[in-house]
Amino acid sequence: MEMTSRGLWTLIHGMGFGALYLLACSGALVELYWFIRARQPLESAPSRERFLKVYLIVMVVLAWSAVLTGAYVVYPWYRAVPPAGSVDLSMFPQRLLMANPTTASWHSLGMEWKEHVAWLAPISITMVAFVFIRYGRDLSRHRQLRIAVLCFALVSFVAAGVAGLFGALIDKQAPVRGGSIIQLSAGGEK
Amino acid sequence: MTTRGDGEPSESPAIPNGSGAAAALAAGIGAFTLAVLAVAGDKSAWMNRCLNFYSPTGPLSGATTIAILVWILIWGVLEWRWRGRNVAAGYVNATAFLLLGLSLLMTFPPVADLF
Repeated sequence: MEMTSRGLWTLIHGMGFGALYLLACSGALVELYWFIRARQPLESAPSRERFLKVYLIVMVVLAWSAVLTGAYVVYPWYRAVPPAGSVDLSMFPQRLLMANPTTASWHSLGMEWKEHVAWLAPISITMVAFVFIRYGRDLSRHRQLRIAVLCFALVSFVAAGVAGLFGALIDKQAPVRGGSIIQLSAGGEK
Repeated sequence: MTTRGDGEPSESPAIPNGSGAAAALAAGIGAFTLAVLAVAGDKSAWMNRCLNFYSPTGPLSGATTIAILVWILIWGVLEWRWRGRNVAAGYVNATAFLLLGLSLLMTFPPVADLF
């Protein structure tokens, strides 16, 4: 059983950071909603605020890790230009998609949207984490800030969802290939 | 402590809302800057070249770097100006949501193609 180094990085970017962020996002939305909706959110559970602060910081790290590995590690392999006259485009996912009218939209719509909208996720969740850490229980006294926190968290979720969905679908159509081979297990015939 | 009809505590908040409002508005402006640069890079060959900070990543590198710098800079300035103040958070929120909504729309290629 083996995989390529590029495949591993794609996995780290998509499953390690992206999917984990999406999972965390759904949890954060529920937690933020209940925290913000409660009149006295922390008197009954004083450790909850601390937990949510750490949780949001981890989400910020995940979101930035996802976009940075996506843009600076995986995306360069995706958009690599093949040498003139190349016939086999399997190592050049963007060119492979654009070479066929039936798959061109995966790039012109999917990747073009994903590569930009994904950045709204870390920007939004950084704002959410900052406001929550700064205000904590005092958020119960700021209705407009509560609305802002929830809306930005929701936008972060949507942006990450769009990016994750198109990332997975594009990788299915034209996966990033190449790099050194990583042997996961020696295996053997049954 | 008493509460108003909407459930808001009637005491003045211990922490002014300026800091949170600054974070929201700066995030909206940062997101909008990214969307504008993405459209500009797509529509103008000159902008495309200017945004190409790191060739392997192409114009995405410039658009995101500039947007993040604008976001952080504006956040810093607003935080400095609003930190100890209460601001009209309703208007600030509305502006931030408008910018964020426009960013979502403008990054969607069929909408970006209208420009």
